[in-house]
Amino acid sequence: MPRLVSHPDEVKIVTSRFGMGAANIERYIELGGYASAKKCLEQGPDWIINEMKASNLRGRGGAGFPAGMKWSFVPKQSAKPKYVLVNGDESEPGTCKDHLIFLHDPHAVIEGTIIAGLAIGAKVGFIYLRGEYRYLLEIMEKAVADAYARGFLGKNIFGSDTEFQVITQTGAGAYEVGEESALMESLEGKRGVPRIKPPFPAVVGLYGGPTVINNAETIATVPHVIEMGAAAYAAVGSERNGGTRLFSISGHVERPGVYELPMGYNLKKMIYEVAGGIRGGRKLKAVVPGGSSTPVLLPEEIDIGMDFDQVGKAGSMLGSGGVVVIDDQTCIVEFALRTISFYQHESCGWCIPCREGTDWIKKSLTRFHAGFGEAKDIDNIQYLAENMMGRTFCPLGDAAAMPTLGFVKKFRKEFEDHLNGKPCPFAKHVDLAVV
Amino acid sequence: MADVNFIVDGKKLTAPAGTLLIDACRKADIEIPAFCYYPGLSLQAACRMCVVRQEKVGKLQTACTTTVAEGQVFITESAEIAQARKATIQLLLGNHPLDCPVCDAGGECELQDMTFKYGAGESLYTEAKQHREEQQWSPAVYYDRPRCILCYRCTRICGEGMDVWALGVQNRGVRSVIAPNGGDQLDCEQCGMCIDVCPVGALTSGSYRYKTRPWEMNHVSTVCTHCADGCKVTLGVRQVNDGSEIVRADNRDKSGINGDFLCAKGRFGFDFVDSKERLTKPLVRNAAGELEPATWEHALRVAAAKLKEVRDSKGGAAIGVIGSNQTTNEENYLLQKFARTVLKTNSIDHERTADYVAFASALAGHPGKGASLREAGTAPAILLVGGNPTEEHPLLAWNLRTNVRLNRARLYIANCSEIKLERQATAVQHLTEDGYPALGAYLDLSNSDFSKAVLAEESLLVIFGQEYRGLQIASLVEWGLKRGNVRFAYLGDYANSRGAADMGLLPDLLPGYVPVAEPGAFAAEYAGLPATSGKTQPEMFAAAAKGELGALLVVGANPVAKLGIDAIALKNTFVIVQDIFLTETAALADVVLPAAGLYEKTGTVTNTFGDVQLARKAADRAGVKPDFEILVRLAGAMDVDVKTLVPFGKSGTTADLGQSRGANSGEADRHAVWLAANNLEWKMSPFDPLAVLDEIERLVPGYALDRTNLLGGNDVATEPGFVPVSALTGSDLAVPAHDGLFTSGTLGRYSKALKELEEHQAREVVEAVVE
Repeated sequence: MPRLVSHPDEVKIVTSRFGMGAANIERYIELGGYASAKKCLEQGPDWIINEMKASNLRGRGGAGFPAGMKWSFVPKQSAKPKYVLVNGDESEPGTCKDHLIFLHDPHAVIEGTIIAGLAIGAKVGFIYLRGEYRYLLEIMEKAVADAYARGFLGKNIFGSDTEFQVITQTGAGAYEVGEESALMESLEGKRGVPRIKPPFPAVVGLYGGPTVINNAETIATVPHVIEMGAAAYAAVGSERNGGTRLFSISGHVERPGVYELPMGYNLKKMIYEVAGGIRGGRKLKAVVPGGSSTPVLLPEEIDIGMDFDQVGKAGSMLGSGGVVVIDDQTCIVEFALRTISFYQHESCGWCIPCREGTDWIKKSLTRFHAGFGEAKDIDNIQYLAENMMGRTFCPLGDAAAMPTLGFVKKFRKEFEDHLNGKPCPFAKHVDLAVV
Repeated sequence: MADVNFIVDGKKLTAPAGTLLIDACRKADIEIPAFCYYPGLSLQAACRMCVVRQEKVGKLQTACTTTVAEGQVFITESAEIAQARKATIQLLLGNHPLDCPVCDAGGECELQDMTFKYGAGESLYTEAKQHREEQQWSPAVYYDRPRCILCYRCTRICGEGMDVWALGVQNRGVRSVIAPNGGDQLDCEQCGMCIDVCPVGALTSGSYRYKTRPWEMNHVSTVCTHCADGCKVTLGVRQVNDGSEIVRADNRDKSGINGDFLCAKGRFGFDFVDSKERLTKPLVRNAAGELEPATWEHALRVAAAKLKEVRDSKGGAAIGVIGSNQTTNEENYLLQKFARTVLKTNSIDHERTADYVAFASALAGHPGKGASLREAGTAPAILLVGGNPTEEHPLLAWNLRTNVRLNRARLYIANCSEIKLERQATAVQHLTEDGYPALGAYLDLSNSDFSKAVLAEESLLVIFGQEYRGLQIASLVEWGLKRGNVRFAYLGDYANSRGAADMGLLPDLLPGYVPVAEPGAFAAEYAGLPATSGKTQPEMFAAAAKGELGALLVVGANPVAKLGIDAIALKNTFVIVQDIFLTETAALADVVLPAAGLYEKTGTVTNTFGDVQLARKAADRAGVKPDFEILVRLAGAMDVDVKTLVPFGKSGTTADLGQSRGANSGEADRHAVWLAANNLEWKMSPFDPLAVLDEIERLVPGYALDRTNLLGGNDVATEPGFVPVSALTGSDLAVPAHDGLFTSGTLGRYSKALKELEEHQAREVVEAVVE
C-alpha cells in the first residue's frame, strides 16, 4: 500500500479526504460528501455545465481537454441512452494517482459520476478500473452498494424522480484500453482496439449512445468544484488551467509520492523541494514530466510551470502528471529501451506503424544496448520513430515515438558512447538484454 | 446527399457529401493504395497506406475514413506521402518472409505491387524476423502468419460478409495472429472468401497451394456449373499432356453477377473435371453384353443406326429423350430440336428440380414481373418463402445479407424450418409444412405483425422455393399481382434447370413454353414436328418397362439413380447416354458417349432467376466432345443434313466443317480472306453452339438477348416466354435436389475437394456436440 506523502505547498482538494477513512460512506457524508450531487440535482444540467466550464477543469487523463466543454458536446436529445464512463484504466508508467483516489475516496468518484450524469442526462454510469487494479474493485463495489443502500443511486436518487445507476467493470490488463474508444470496445466485451473517430464518444460512444468519458481524477474533482464554486477552484491554478493536479513523482528523488499541487507549480521546485531533491545527493540528468510517453526534459529545461500550456511550450507534455526523475547514474539508452519495451508489449497490433515500429525499435535498442550497435542504428531508430509519429491509428504510436525521439535527439552522444563494442558506460545492460 | 465540390491533386471533383475520399478518388481514376480498405466492409484505417495530405490539417489523413465536404483540398501524391507509404511497407517487410519465389500470391500480391511502386528495397534491420509455423485450418484453408500483414479483410468478409464469424484476432501487438475462433480448425461454410480477399499469400487454398505460378495459367471467366445461381467463376487453367488441368477457381473477375462472392462449390468443386473416373472413350456394348471402348465413328454409327431403325419401324413415339439441367441452352435447344425433327418424338423431358412450367404459366401475360438475381441485392424489401438459400443458393444468401447490411433492406422470411438467414430478417413467420399454400390469405387476413409489416411495403421482391409447385405457385403469384409492385423469383437446383425448361426439354412445350399443339413460328421451321404431347420422364420408364420404348437417349442426366429405376425395366430399350461419368444410367447403356463438362465448352446458361450468361470454354480434355457436337454428329450419322439443325454458313453454300480457327491463331486474317472468297460467314462450324443463338433469339419468346452484353461476359436478364401455356405441372414431376453446401448431385460426387470439406465439417459438428 503506498505511503501517503505530504508537503506544505500542497493544496489539498482532491486529496482532502485521503487517509480519513472516507471509503466508509458515513465518514464520507460526515466530511461533506454527496452534498454536491444533491446541489446539482436541484440546479439542473445547464448550471452544472456552466460551472464546469467556468472552473477551467481540464481532463486529467493526459490530453487536457476542458471537461465542461466535453460535457456540452453531448446532444440534449438522443434516441439512444446516454452514458457516463469513468476511465480508471490508469496505466501510464510513472502515474499512480487514480489508484489512490479509488483507495481513499471511492465515493468521490461515484459522486462525480452522478453529477456528470445529471449534466448530460444519462441514467447509467460505468466505472472502469484497470485490469491490474482488480483488488480495488472490492472497495469500489462496496462503495457503490452503500450508495445504492442510501438511495444515492437507483431509480430515485436522493428521493427525486431522477434515475441513475452505476456499474463497475475491470479491464483485462491492456494499456491500450486507456484510450477512450478502446475502453468502450473493452467494456462492450470486445477486443480492446480503438475506434475510428469521428464520430466522437459525445455523439456515438458506448453501445452507440452519446457518452461522456472522463479520467477518474477529473471525475473525483467534480464534487469539489461544485462544493467550492467554479471561480474559487479556477483561482487555484494558472491561466486556463483550473485547480490542482495530482503529480505522481517517482524515480531518483528523496521523497517520491503523489502530491496535489496547484496547476502551474514550478517543476524544478517540485523536484528539489516537494520531492526532496535527487536521492543520495546525485545530479539530475533528465526529467520525464508527464508519464512515460512525454518527451524528456533536460535539467536546464525544467524551470517551468507545470500546466498543459507551459509544458507544451517547453517541447513536452503535462500528460498524466507522472513526473519521472532520472539521475546521472542512469543509462539513457537503457531507459529508452525500458520505455519502448513497455509500448512494444502494450501495442494492440491494430495498425502497422505502431505494431511493427515499436517491435523494431525495441529489437534494435536491445542489441544496441548490449554493445552490438552500429552507427546507422541511431539514425534507424530515429527514422522508425519519426515514421510512427502522427501516422498511427491512435495516440499509442505517438506515445511510443515521442519519448524515443526525445532520447535520441537529446542524448545522441550517450548512444554514440555505446558504439564500437564499448560496454554500456553505466554497466547495467546485462539485466536489460532480456527485457 | 447533395453533391459537394473538392479538389484532389489539382483536379476538381464532385461527389455526394459524405462519400469516402478513397472511393471518390478511385472513381476519378486517382489511385490510392490500401491494404485494409475493402469496399463494402467496415472501415479499419489500420494499414495507413491510404494517407493523404488535407489542406489545413496537421497530420496526414487516411483517405479511407475521410469523408468529402465542400471546398476541401487534398494531395494524394507527394514526396511526403510517398515517404510515409514507403516507411509503412518497410515496416511490413521487416517481418515478412519475402518468400515470394515460392508464395502462391507471387505475381498477384498487393504487397509486391506496393513495394514495386514505393520502393523499400533496402532492409533497415539486423535482427531475426518473427517466425511462426504455417497452420492448416481446414482442407481448404491454410494460414501462414509470417506473410500476414493483418489487414483484417479475412475476419470481416467472414463475419460481415458471410455472417459466419469463424475468424478472429489472437494475441496483441507484433504477436497478433489471425485465428479460427474457438480452436485451431475452421468450423465454417468453407467458402474460401478469406483466401480470396487476402491481399498477400497468408491465406492459401488447400487445392491450389504450391501447384503453379499465376502467370503459367490461362484465366478464363465462365459460369459455375454447380447450383442454379450461376456465379461467374474465373478458372486458372494450365496445359498438361492430355489436354489441360483446371488448377483453381476464384472470382477475381468481380464484374460477375456474384460480385465479390463465390462459395465452396464454385471455388473448390471444379476438380470433378479431372477425376480419374472421367469417361474419355466411347463405349459400346458388345456381343458378350459388356461395355467396350470404341472409336467415335463406330459408337455414333451404332447409335444412329439404332435410332433410325426404331424411328422408321416403330415411329418416333417409341423413342424417349432425357435432357440435362447442366448442359447449355444451345445444347438443350438442339437436343429438343433433334428429338422433334429428326427422331420425330415429343417424348422429351429432363430431371425437373422445380416447377418452372407452373412459374412461367403463372407469370404469363405479366411482363416485367420476373426478377434478376441482382435485384436480391438491391430490392428494398424481400419476402423469402421457403427454401434455405444459405445452403442451396449461397449467392442469393450473400446478396440478401449484403442488401440488408449495406442498404438496410427489409427481409421477411416465411418458412417451415428455422433458416440461418433469419439473422438478417426484419420479421419471420414460421409455417407448418403444409402452410405454404395459405400464405397469401394469411398475409391478407391475419393482421399479425409479420403480415402488417409485409403489407406495409410499397414494393416487394417475392422469392420462393420448391415448396411451391403447380397451382400453389399460381396462387402466390396471383396474391402478388393483386398487390401491385411485386416481382417474383423461383428457386430451382442446378446450373441450367431454368434453361432446360426455357429451352423446351418438355413433352408438351416447345422452347419458350410454346405448346406443341400450337407451334406458331416453330411450325415453319420444325418440319415434321409431332403435334401431340410426348411422354414425361416417368411415363418413358413406364413405357420401357412395358417394352414399348425402343430407344432412349439420355444426355447428362442420371434418371436411373434419381428415380430408382430397376435395370430390368430397360431390358428391351436401346439406351444411348452422353455423360462425363459412367453413372448408374450410363452403366446400363448400350452406347456411352463421353461428354465435355461445362468448363470444357462454350454456351449460354440460364440461372434460376432467368439471368442468361455465357459460359466460356476453359479447359480441354482429350477424347471427349461437347454434347452439342455429339448431337450434330449423331444427326449426321443418321444422314440428316445438319444445316437443318444448325444454321451455319449462308444458305446454299458448302459447309466449312470445323475449319474456323481461333481469332488469336495468327491465321485469322488468312481465314477471313478464305471465308469471303467462298461467300461464307464467321462461326461457320456446325459444332459452334453459338450458331444456334440467332435461331433461339428468333423463335424463343423471352430470349431476345442483348448479345453485346451477353458475349461481353455480362448477365442478361430474361423472363419466361409470356405466352399462354398449357402444361403438365404438379408436384410429382419436380423433385428438388436439396443439395447442401458441399454437395452437387452427380458432379459433386466426383469432387475430391468437396468430399473432404464435407467430412471436415461433419467432424467439426461432432466435436461441437461432444463439447
